[in-house]
Amino acid sequence: MAFNASFTGRTYPPTAPYAVGREKIREFAEAVGADDPVHTDQGVARARGYKDVIAPPTFAVLIAQQCDRQFIVDPEAGIDYTMLVHGEERFVHHRPITAGDEIVGVLTVDSVKEVGGNAMVTTRSELSTIGGEPVCTATSTVVIRGGE
Amino acid sequence: MSNAVLSVNDVEVGQELPSRTFHISRESLVQYTGASLDRNRLHWDERFAKSVGLPDVIAHGMFTMGTAINVVSDWVGDAGRVVEYGTRFTKPVVVSYEGGADVDVAGVVKAVDAETRRATVELKVTCGTDKVLGRATAVVLLD
Repeated sequence: MAFNASFTGRTYPPTAPYAVGREKIREFAEAVGADDPVHTDQGVARARGYKDVIAPPTFAVLIAQQCDRQFIVDPEAGIDYTMLVHGEERFVHHRPITAGDEIVGVLTVDSVKEVGGNAMVTTRSELSTIGGEPVCTATSTVVIRGGE
Repeated sequence: MSNAVLSVNDVEVGQELPSRTFHISRESLVQYTGASLDRNRLHWDERFAKSVGLPDVIAHGMFTMGTAINVVSDWVGDAGRVVEYGTRFTKPVVVSYEGGADVDVAGVVKAVDAETRRATVELKVTCGTDKVLGRATAVVLLD
């Protein structure tokens, strides 16, 4: 199969900064039914000690997916996007993603395994502010089904 | 609105979180598609989903994951206290045109660390008889 196993350990350059906006947080929170007012009401967020409204726990996927895309579209990696299934996702938040943050992600391919003709790829996106403050570590495992 | 975050003294191993059922409709999937920018056709195009062998359109795994965590955020009293959250996507949530789908979320406290004020919650997320998320666990920071 075309998939390139030598990608284990590869790290990509930082992504362009993602500007976290209040309205995007509101839109995402509404879409997942997260009705904690800390996502939409600055007064509530500040009373709880945050600088501004904060994102729901899985919002980081928006930024992490931008990181992952670098690898998925890398022609050298040989990935057929249409055969890709999301297997696992994990977030470790160093602090909540907050409106006003500008976040860059650095993608590392942690492991590439072949299981029964399919490839299992685990990638890790280290998200931090442009000032270098760690915000979130997002780990994602995808399964790429092999052709027949 | 409640601003009180749970205290570590009020949480013990074996404690059950208030469970909830979330209804997922086609509209929910379109809304999440827009909000998340994950526009994969499997989540909104019935003809396409069926052409690749699925019974119908399926929910984004990340949508189910993002919805299920509300049980934990609401229980702890502040979504910002969810410091870790991970899951496996074990079975797809099939969302029919007529009835949509109902996802049941239950949670139980598996560990409490008084020193770091952290509790680990295990979520059970099912759709009918299917366990749709596997090993779904969250760690929360308590007061």
